[in-house]
Amino acid sequence: MELSTIHGLRDLLANREISAEELTNQALEKIEKIDDKIKAFVTVTKDEAIQVAREIDQKRSKGESLGPLAGIPMALKDNMCTEDIKTTCSSKILYNFIPPYSAKVYEKLLGAGSILLGKTNMDEFAMGSSTENSGFFPTCNPWDLNCVPGGSSGGSAAAVASGEAVFALGSDTGGSIRQPASFCGVVGLKPTYGAVSRYGLIAYASSLDQIGPFTRDVTDCALVMNAITGHDSFDSTSALVDYPDYTRFLVNDIKDMRIGIPREYFGEGIEPEVEAKIREAINKLEELGAVVEECSLPHTQYALPAYYIIAPAECSSNLARYDGVRYGLRVEDADDIVSMFSRTRDQGFGIEVKRRIMLGTYALSSGYYDAYYLKALKVRNLVKQDFDKAFEKFDCLITPTAPSVAFEFGSKADTIAMYKQDVCTIPINLAGIPALSLPYGLVNNMPVGLQFVGKAFGEGNLLRVAYTLEQNSDQTRLEPSLEGVK
Amino acid sequence: MGQYEAVIGLEVHVELKTKTKIFCGCPTEFGGEPNTHVCPICLGLPGVLPVLNKKVLEYAIKAGLAINCSIAEFSKFDRKNYFYPDLTKAFQTSQYDLPIAEHGHLDINVNGEIKRIGITRLHMEEDAGKLVHQGDTISSSFSSLADYNRAGVPLVEIVSEPDLRSAEEAKAYLEMLKAIIEYIDVSDVKMEQGSLRCDANISIRPVGSKELGTRTEVKNLNSFRSVQRAIEYEIQRQIDQVEEGERIIQETRTWDENKGVTLSLRSKEEAHDYRYFPEPDLTPLVISRDWVAELKNGLPELPEAKKARLIAEHGLPEYDAGVITSSRALAEFYDKTVCIHPDYKGVSNWIMVELLKLLNAENMEISEAKISPEGLAKMLTMIEKNIISGKIAKQVFEEMFNTGKDPEAIVKEKGLVQISDEGQINSIVEQVIANNPKSVEDFKAGKEKSIGFLVGQIMKETKGQANPGVVNKLLKDKLNEL
Ligand SMILES: [Zn+2]
Repeated sequence: MELSTIHGLRDLLANREISAEELTNQALEKIEKIDDKIKAFVTVTKDEAIQVAREIDQKRSKGESLGPLAGIPMALKDNMCTEDIKTTCSSKILYNFIPPYSAKVYEKLLGAGSILLGKTNMDEFAMGSSTENSGFFPTCNPWDLNCVPGGSSGGSAAAVASGEAVFALGSDTGGSIRQPASFCGVVGLKPTYGAVSRYGLIAYASSLDQIGPFTRDVTDCALVMNAITGHDSFDSTSALVDYPDYTRFLVNDIKDMRIGIPREYFGEGIEPEVEAKIREAINKLEELGAVVEECSLPHTQYALPAYYIIAPAECSSNLARYDGVRYGLRVEDADDIVSMFSRTRDQGFGIEVKRRIMLGTYALSSGYYDAYYLKALKVRNLVKQDFDKAFEKFDCLITPTAPSVAFEFGSKADTIAMYKQDVCTIPINLAGIPALSLPYGLVNNMPVGLQFVGKAFGEGNLLRVAYTLEQNSDQTRLEPSLEGVK
Repeated sequence: MGQYEAVIGLEVHVELKTKTKIFCGCPTEFGGEPNTHVCPICLGLPGVLPVLNKKVLEYAIKAGLAINCSIAEFSKFDRKNYFYPDLTKAFQTSQYDLPIAEHGHLDINVNGEIKRIGITRLHMEEDAGKLVHQGDTISSSFSSLADYNRAGVPLVEIVSEPDLRSAEEAKAYLEMLKAIIEYIDVSDVKMEQGSLRCDANISIRPVGSKELGTRTEVKNLNSFRSVQRAIEYEIQRQIDQVEEGERIIQETRTWDENKGVTLSLRSKEEAHDYRYFPEPDLTPLVISRDWVAELKNGLPELPEAKKARLIAEHGLPEYDAGVITSSRALAEFYDKTVCIHPDYKGVSNWIMVELLKLLNAENMEISEAKISPEGLAKMLTMIEKNIISGKIAKQVFEEMFNTGKDPEAIVKEKGLVQISDEGQINSIVEQVIANNPKSVEDFKAGKEKSIGFLVGQIMKETKGQANPGVVNKLLKDKLNEL
C-alpha cells in the first residue's frame, strides 16, 4: 500500500470513504505491529486518539465545520507539552512529567482537527544527531534497522517514514528536523525563527529552537505549515508578520528562479556519492529553468564552533530548572539541598546533556564570557550577514542536508564526528532563516536529503522549488520496504 | 569615629504594585493560600515563555524619572543563574549591562545640610518565591515548603553610588527614596511587608583618603531602624577590626536584629558566579522618547518641589514643610485640608503637633486614622468663628481622630460650644471676683500676674468653654471699675 498523504486522506475522509476512527485505528494497529522494532514512540495515546477521532466523525456526520486537518493522525516530538499527557524530552529527569498545559502548536493542531497518536522519541532534550542519546531507547531507521534515524527528532522522522503517522512535528535547533528527514527519506522543514510559536516547546537553546513539520510530500508540508504558523502573544519572539497560505506556493514552475550553490557546503567532509546526488538534483533544476550559480558563504566554517558555544550556553541555563524540587525525578535519599540538586541531575541527565551543560556553564563563566559567548555571537552575526548578502542575489540556496546517509548505531562514537553531522544545517539556525530538506534518491539504498535554504519568511520559495522538483522527478517520493519489521 | 570615614551605598528593592506579575497574568496580591497565585509560567514549568507586563516597564520608567535618571533608549533583560529552591527557573530574569535607567540622583537633608546622593542605576527584575524551613536554615532543616505566590512579582532594584557617609545619611536617603516612590504611586514601599527592601554596602577609610576600603554587604535589614542600627554597628565593627590591626574581609553579612550584630554569611570566594547572559526569550526593549516624555509630564509634584513650594508660597517653616512632605499621605492630608480651609500655618500646626502626636502614640499610619481633612477644616472654621476655643478643639480633634465623627456633632454631643455671651460670662466674672478678694487686691497693688489666676478660675467655672477673648476683656473692665 502506498503511504498516504494528508491531501490524499482529506478527500477520502470528506467523501466518507474512510472515517477518522478507522484511519486512527489503522495507524494505531500499524504502531502496534511495527513499533517494537522501529521504536519511534515514547508514549502512544491510543484511548485519547480514538476518542478525538470519534468526535471528529460525529461532527462530520452532523455537518459541522471541520478544521483543515480533520481526522489526520499525527505524532509530536516528546518535547512539546501536551496537557495531561506525559512529556519527557526522552530524559529520565522528566520520566514522569505530565504537563498541566499544552504547547501552542498542539492546540493549533487540535483546532485543525488532527489526531495525536503519541509522543515520539528523541535525543535527550534534543541534543544529538542520531536519537542514540534518548534516555530510554534508540529509535531505528525504517530503511535499515541497523542504522540511526538521525536526530534529534529521530522518532518523528521514523514515524512518518514508516507510515505510523501521516505527519509529525519535530524541533530543529541545529538540524534536528532536517537531518533525520534526510536520513529517513521524508520532507522536513525548519521554519523561520519566530514563525511557529515556541510556547510549550521544552527549550534546548531558546534563540535557535524552532518547531517544524515532517511530511511525506511537499504539499503536506505546506498544509501543516498553514496549521502551525502564526503570531502568538505568549511567545515574545513570535514574529508579527502576515502569514501566507503556504499552498499557494505549490506551483510547478521555477523558470528564472535564481538558485545559489554555496561552495563551502560541498567537497571535503561530504560523502562523494551524496554530493553526486545533490549535483544531479541541481542539474535537474537547471533543466527545469532555474538559473543556477555558485556562490560563497565565507564564514560557514565558523558556524559549528559558534553553535557549540551559544547552544550549550543557553541550554546550561534552560536546563537548570530540572533540580528535583518541583517535578520530575528527585533522588530520595539526599543529605541536603545541594546533594539533592547534584545527585538528581547526575542521575537524571545523560552524558551528552551533561557535556553541553558543562560546556555552556564554562562559556558563560566570568572571565570567559567575552572570549567565548560574546565572540560566538559575533560569529553568528557574520554568518547571518553571509546569508543576507547571498539572498540579495538568489531566491534560494541548495546544499546537502547532511554529509552522509544514515549511519549504523555506534559508528559515530567520537563526539566531534557526531557534531559534524550538522555542519550543513547549523548555519541556518544561527541565521534564523528557513530551510527544507527534500528526499532525493538513494545511496547504498539509504535516502539522501537535499537542503533548500531561503531568506527569513521565504518559506514560499522553498516550497515552490521543492514542489517543482517533486512534480518532475521520481527521486523525491521514497518509501522504505519495511522488510526488517514484517 | 574621628579618623575614619564610612563609605556606604544602598541597594534598594522596590516591589511594583502592578495588578499582575511581571511575565504572566497571575495576581500580585499579597497573602493568599500558598501556591494559589501561580500558573505554568511563574512556576517555570518546562516549555513556558515570559511576556513582559508593559505596566512594569511604565512604572520602572516613572521611578527612574522621579530619581532623575536618564532612561535607556535600548534596554534588555538578562538571566542571573543560580540554584535555589525559591527560584522556579533556577535563574532570575533581571537586567545586567543595559538597565532601564541610569545616572540619577536625589537630594537629602541631614541636620539642615543638603547633600546630593548619586544613583547608579535602576533595573527591573522578578521576585522569587518564599521558603518555609522545618528548622532554622535550609541546610539544617529536615524539609522545606515552597510558596511561589511571590515568584514573578515585579521589582525594581535601585543602586546608589557610595556617596553616603553615615547611618543617618543612609536613613535620610532611604526615607527620601520611599517618599518619592510613594508620590509617584508605583509601590506601597512598606518595609514591614517587604515591598521595600534594603541591603547596605559598607566600608571605612581614613578621613581624607580617596581610595575605597574593602566593603562588606549587609543584608536582612527589615526596618528603617534596623538599617540605621546595622550600619552603625558595621562601621564600628570595621573600625575595631582595623584598630586591632586586622584586615576587613570582603563578604556578605546578615543583620541579627535581636542580638544587634552583623554576622558573616558568605565570603567573596563563596560568592556566586551568576553567569549573566541576555534573556533569549524576551526581545530587547526600544523605548520611545515620546513615551518617556509623556510619562515625565505625567509625574506628580515630588516631595522636594512640594516642600519648596510650601515654604515659599504657604510660608511654612522649613522643618514643618519637610515633615509634611516626607510622606505622600501626610502631604495629601495637608493639601486637602488647606484646599477647604486655606489657613496654611494653622493647618500645618495642627498636623505637626496634634496629628503626629496621636499617630506616634498609636504607632499608626495616617491612612489608618479616622480623621478626615474635611473634619479638620471644619473644626478650624469653628475655632475661627469662635464656636469652640483652641483648647476645646484639642478634645474635639482627639475625638475625630478616634471616631471620625463630624466636629459639629462632637461639640454638640459633648456640649463643648464656646460661651461668648457677655451676660453669661459677666455673671461668672463677678462671681470669681467676689470669691477671690486676695487676687483682686494683688491686681490692684500692681501684680499684673494675678489676672492669669482669675482667668483660670473663670475658665474652670465654664469647663473651658468661655471665649478667652471675651473673658479677658470683661475681667479687665470689671477690675478697672473696682
Ligand atoms: Zn503566573
